[in-house]
Formats: sequence, C-alpha cells, structure tokens
Amino acid sequence: MSLASRPLSSLAGISSRAGQTPTDSDQPVKIDVDRLNFYYGPKRALDSISIQIRANLVTAFIGPSGCGKSTFLRTLNRMNDIIPGTRAEGTVLVDGESIYAPGVDVVALRRRVGMVFQKSNPFPKSIFENVAYGLRINDMAQSKAELNDRVEESLRQAAIFDEVKDRLHESALALSGGQQQRLCIARALAIRPEILLMDEPASALDPIATQRIEELIYDLKKSYTIVIVTHNMQQAARVSDYTAFFWLGRLVEYDRTDRIFTAPAEKLTEDYVTGRCG
Amino acid sequence: MRHRADLVFKLVALSTLVFALVTLAALVFDVVADGAGRLDWQFLTSLASRRPEDAGIYHALAGSIWVIVLTGALAMPLGVAAAVYLEEYGTRSRWARFIEINIANLAAVPSIIYGLLGLGVFVRVMGMGRSVMAGACTLALLALPVVILSTREALRTVPSTIREGSYALGATKWQTIWHQVLPMAMPGILTGLILSLSRAIGETAPLITIGALTYIPFAPDGIWSPFTVLPIQIFNWVSRPQAAFKENAAAGILVLMALLLAMNAIAVFLRDRMQRQGRS
Repeated sequence: MSLASRPLSSLAGISSRAGQTPTDSDQPVKIDVDRLNFYYGPKRALDSISIQIRANLVTAFIGPSGCGKSTFLRTLNRMNDIIPGTRAEGTVLVDGESIYAPGVDVVALRRRVGMVFQKSNPFPKSIFENVAYGLRINDMAQSKAELNDRVEESLRQAAIFDEVKDRLHESALALSGGQQQRLCIARALAIRPEILLMDEPASALDPIATQRIEELIYDLKKSYTIVIVTHNMQQAARVSDYTAFFWLGRLVEYDRTDRIFTAPAEKLTEDYVTGRCG
Repeated sequence: MRHRADLVFKLVALSTLVFALVTLAALVFDVVADGAGRLDWQFLTSLASRRPEDAGIYHALAGSIWVIVLTGALAMPLGVAAAVYLEEYGTRSRWARFIEINIANLAAVPSIIYGLLGLGVFVRVMGMGRSVMAGACTLALLALPVVILSTREALRTVPSTIREGSYALGATKWQTIWHQVLPMAMPGILTGLILSLSRAIGETAPLITIGALTYIPFAPDGIWSPFTVLPIQIFNWVSRPQAAFKENAAAGILVLMALLLAMNAIAVFLRDRMQRQGRS
C-alpha cells in the first residue's frame, strides 16, 4: 500500500515531491493505523486516526495539550489497557499484524514496542538492575556473562555507559534527571524492541540534557523505528523525518517534517507551527 | 487577640500532651519500682512455681515468642495475598467491594469473638487442641484485617509510573507486582505487620477462650504443644493474694514491655534499611 492511496489529502503526491531523499519514502510501513477511535469511558479521545509510520525513521507527534497525541502513542503498545474503562476501535497493524485482535499477547507486543516516558521512572534499584530487569523477566540472557554484556551494550547505545561504568551497582535514583532518562532509554533498548515510543522524553530536562537525548534519537533511528511526542516544535523539526499534527483528537496533517514546517497543506497546521494558535 | 487565642490553644494542646505523658511515666515508674528488683536472670530462666521467689517467666516468654512468630508467619502471606488481590486484581468487582466492607468490619470486632471462633473452628472442628498452633491461628485472624488494610495502603503508595515502566518492558502483571510493587511496598507492609503483631502479643481474652493454660510448668516444645503467654501469666500472678506474686507480675510486665519495644525497634530498623536500599 502506498502513502498516496491514503485518504488524507495532505499525503497525496508525496513521492513526487522535489528535494526528498529517496530512502525515506522507500522505507517499509512499520505501523499502519486505520480509522482508530479511542475512548476514555464515554469520552472520545481519538477520532478516526489513520496513519502509516515508516520503519527506521523518526516520526514526531505535535499538537497542543489534550489533543490526543500521547493517548495515540500509548495505543501503539496498548499501554492504555491498564487504565480501566478505556476502549479502542479500528485497526492498528504492526508489521501487518493487528495488535487489537482477540488473542494478541500484549506482553509480547510490549517487548517489540518499547516505551520511554515523559517523567523518567527508574526503578528504585541499582543502575545495573534497572537495565537487567527486562532481560531477566523475559529470559533473554542465558548466562551471567551474557547479561553483563547486554546491559553494557544497552548503556552504550543510550550514551550513558561512560558516565556510570564505575557505579553500576549504585542506586539509579542518585543520577541526574538527564542521566535517569538515558538510563530509561537504555532499559527500553535492552530487550531489543523494533519500535521505540517516546512520550515527551526531554520535556523535564535542561537544554544540554535535551540535546544529548536528541543526538541519541538521531543515532538510534538506524536500528529502531522511533515515534516521539513533543511539545517543542523546534525539537520536532530537529529530530524527526515525518511529523503528524494532532488537534482535538484528530490527525490534521501528516507529512515530511520539512513540509509541515515550511509549507503545510492545512491552515490549522500553519497557524499552530507558526505559534498563532494552540 | 488572635495571637492570644493561638497561645491559649498551644498551651492547652501542650498540657494535654504533658498530662498523657506524665500518666504514662507514672505507670511505668510504678511498675519499675515494683518489678525491677525481681527482674534477674533467675526470673527469666525459671518456670512457673507455687513459691513466688522460685517462679519465673521463661515458659510464658517462650510461649509468647512461639505464638507471635507463628502468627506472623500465618498472617503475613495471607494478608499480603488478600491485599494484592483486592488492590491489584479485584478492585472493580462487586465481590471485592463486599469483601472490603467485611474486612473493615472485622477490624472492629472484639477480640473475644475471635477467641470463640478459634475455640469452635481450630480447637474443636480442626482438632488442633489447646496448642500453640490453635493460638497462632486465632491471633492471625485477629491480625489479618489490620495487615490487609495496611498492605493496601502500602501498595497504593507505589507510583503508577513504576508499574507503567515495568509493563512497558514486557512484564506481566504478576511480574510487575512481584518484582517492583511488593518490594517498594515492603517497608509499609512490615510496619503494618509488626504493629498488628504488637497488638496480638498483648491479647489475653482470645487465648484464654481457646484454652491457653493459666498455669503451666513447662515451655512449649513445638507448634502442637500446650502453652501460655505473658499477659496470661501476668494476669494469673496479679490475681494471687500474696504480695510477692504482685512483684512477679510487675517484673512480667517489664518483660512484656521490653518485648514490645524490641518488636517496634525491629519494625523501625527494617523500614529504614529497606528505604535506604531503595535509595542508595
């Protein structure tokens, strides 16, 4: 299925656009969402969302608070399931498989679709144990040596190993906010997910820590499909390849990031990214 | 004017506090004055006797420790499991709400009722006899409501971000509870457990009801052994006419208080250590 076949007008003709690197639109579709509705009790939070997220790219979700972007992100690994009274309609395909079909193993899904939260949430354990936890509960390391190797590998991938290598067995809660967030990224990477969902991962961090996270996202997209929710328009412009703009539970526009920020098709998008509304 | 009202209130509050503390101190002083002279190694290591100067507290102290350790061993897994069910699994069902109301009611039931229940169920129907086991089962029932309520409180203090972090790594509900939620709640769970055991260790009525002996010349040697406990022994001595037994009773009270303080100290120690483990 090609992007152009989607009903959203803003996606039409995307492949013929000038200045586009050919690799981006050649990436296979990793997540295919079709007319997804989502409810908190009687309240509809997402209204018929359809979007195709491509592999090994960074896709940013932007929009004002309460527009549904975090809710939508959390439907992609069924994290909303743990909130009582929620309900999803429509289809979400990951690698062509429906994740809301009856009988889907949610635990296995979350192994493939990792998540980093807005507020860093290290477990009150040592740095090592934080990263080892996912490996242990999923039986992913057959020996002590393998466990050590994979913890180190994950910490290196998250660009935090050099800062913590001498205190792996000290509490993770003693780390700074930025370090804690990178530790949470390392923790998510340890179980080798295919997709990494990031819910405003840098919103609680200072500019230097934010920059490190952004560099990290840039490195990680070689190996992972990344979806990031952000309030920060500059951040979306800096880190993402595609941007989706949400407004009142609807997906208003989804396009290459440079298009969204320089020549959006919708008036609402233009008003939002230029700061005239929201 | 407002300042004066403030000052008056402060003084009233302070004086009630002082009054309570002075009363307590007077009681403790009275007991110490009566019993301290009697409290020695012989008293701690001797069994009950008809002669007050030969009598000791060993059998009752041993009985109390046997009963309370067994009570804890029974009440903790049952209470924690019940609390985990109510808090994590059954929170929204009508059935869980029904259980919840009953547990709150059970916490207010007089202890002698538990004694009657223990006599009927454990001693007679289940054939445990007047054993340490029957006493511990009865006291465990008594302690359970408090253990369940305090465990639920402790589970509720675990932030949802920790649960989400665990679920996001592909943990099952049980793995999340076992590896993250329970360890974080453990200081609160232990505090509740030890406080409820502190209440249970001072209980006399339910144990007399199930037939714990008021005079027993030996210490228990197993969970099926007959037994007595400190409060029953103290009660027994107080009711004797001889003055020397009154001294014994005072000394017994000191032993019971020391045991209670030791248990509370353990609770504080465990809580602090676990909280520090979480942080460092």
